[in-house]
Amino acid sequence: MKLNRTTLAVASATVVAGISLAASAETLHPAVETLVEMGYPAPLEGELVHIPPTMADLEASDLHPETKQVIRRGYDLFTNTQQLRGENVYNDMNCSSCHLGEGRQPFSAPVWAAAVTLPNYRGKNDHVNNLEERIAGCFAYSMNGVPPEYGSDDMLALTAYHQWLAKGAPMYPDQPIYGRGFPAPDRPDELSYENGEALYVENCAICHSEDGSGYYQNGEYVFPPPWGDGSNNWGAGIVRVHTAAGFIKNNMPLGQPLSLSDQEAWDIAYYMSSQERPQDPRYTGDVAETLERFGPSFHRTSLYGQEGPNGEILADHANWGEKGDEVKPWNIGQPRFKELKAQ
Amino acid sequence: MTSKRITGGLGLLLGVGLAAGQAMALEGDAERGQAAAGTCVACHQADGSGMNVPGGESWPRLAGMDADYIAKQLHDFKGGRRQNASMMAFANMLDDQQIADVAAYYSEMPVTAAQGGDVDDVLLARGEQLALRGDWDQYIVSCKSCHGPRNEGVGDTFPGIASQHAGYIEKQLRAWQADERGNDPQNLMGAIAKRMSDEDITAVAAWLASQAVASE
Repeated sequence: MKLNRTTLAVASATVVAGISLAASAETLHPAVETLVEMGYPAPLEGELVHIPPTMADLEASDLHPETKQVIRRGYDLFTNTQQLRGENVYNDMNCSSCHLGEGRQPFSAPVWAAAVTLPNYRGKNDHVNNLEERIAGCFAYSMNGVPPEYGSDDMLALTAYHQWLAKGAPMYPDQPIYGRGFPAPDRPDELSYENGEALYVENCAICHSEDGSGYYQNGEYVFPPPWGDGSNNWGAGIVRVHTAAGFIKNNMPLGQPLSLSDQEAWDIAYYMSSQERPQDPRYTGDVAETLERFGPSFHRTSLYGQEGPNGEILADHANWGEKGDEVKPWNIGQPRFKELKAQ
Repeated sequence: MTSKRITGGLGLLLGVGLAAGQAMALEGDAERGQAAAGTCVACHQADGSGMNVPGGESWPRLAGMDADYIAKQLHDFKGGRRQNASMMAFANMLDDQQIADVAAYYSEMPVTAAQGGDVDDVLLARGEQLALRGDWDQYIVSCKSCHGPRNEGVGDTFPGIASQHAGYIEKQLRAWQADERGNDPQNLMGAIAKRMSDEDITAVAAWLASQAVASE
């Protein structure tokens, strides 16, 4: 703890980028102070609080000019992923549509956490994933796309940006990470589709449109679509209702996080999660079978294969969105380390 | 199409009222608007460029602004949802059709250059940061996340703010801070304005004023 205080003191004096410290009430970074003032929980004793460096910090750093160039490229891809439209991205989203603050923001699934916790076992695909494979998952599901190849320039640039954001954070931290993921508020006893719809129209539709299509203007991305062909497919993490509720509660409406009650955030999430979107790339050709196979590891908290608002079964279709055709993510069911597992 | 959808949502959630909602849907005629805009030119100029008035009340550029946005502001002045003594008087002289006409008239003019915001490079860089990336450490989201990729406006809800006079932008942000302006949907602007420092406001107004908008 004493060491941490020293670190912060040095940091504030010299504006060192990439500060990590275990939480201690006396040493709140101004960015965390802002969050606490806005109603976010203060870091718990012992939680890992990491303040990722900014792009301005990158310019001021001593990294090799070419390294800086690649990290800048990663930032550019992260915040304008639409430039890969038709190649790797087949919907209307950017990485930064969900990872607010350019991937730096606590309670908005800050992406540096992936850089310090991977490679690691991942239940979603039942094997050990590295950072590239994790990002590939985002492309396959959240971007309804085809991931850039391992080792490609774009993949390298994206991983470089993630790792830059993790600068100064401990690798494989033992402590829980402050603001990781989209922490869900407590689930209310009852969820209301009708209430969710009314709340969506009132609070969200002005940007995201009443039909959920978001807003594209003159061929340019403005607001992301929460459902429909332009949105993430049924395999994306945010189709799980608790994840959507966590995103909404902590981040929406933009600029007014935590302004919705837990019930409201859950109802909107429930409404949004009950709408159609492109098929999960893990689809076996049968929604019930797919649910059976991926229910335990994933879909048990989504509405995939459940009865929808009009009595129809959700995701009972082979609509792949703009992708047009089925693209199997290669990381599902791909045997890895067979010999090791056999031991 | 999409802009109509946003209008619908806006009317519903603001409770703008049926009368105003219908008025906003009126088709404007730019030619008639020119005739009705006789009183506007004294401040907003014949080319719709408005004027930056250092230390005083700057008159916003209307040229190239979204017609429905202009119409909503005029209705808001009339209805007391947006406060400005002179604009209230002038807006009261226009009926619903004239409001639609005047709005159409100005919306069709090419965007003019803005003035004001004579600041140093450090402040200008801060302004650029706020406009394009925001400052999440203060939970200030970027202007462009709502006002569009080049801050040229989105639909009829989020006005173009690039190439708007610095004095006007400053004044409006300070009005939101002081709860003197509150006719934005869902307090979207107010919530953010309140997190900005005086210096932030000066910086972002200066940078936005310095941005040229290409004519279509």
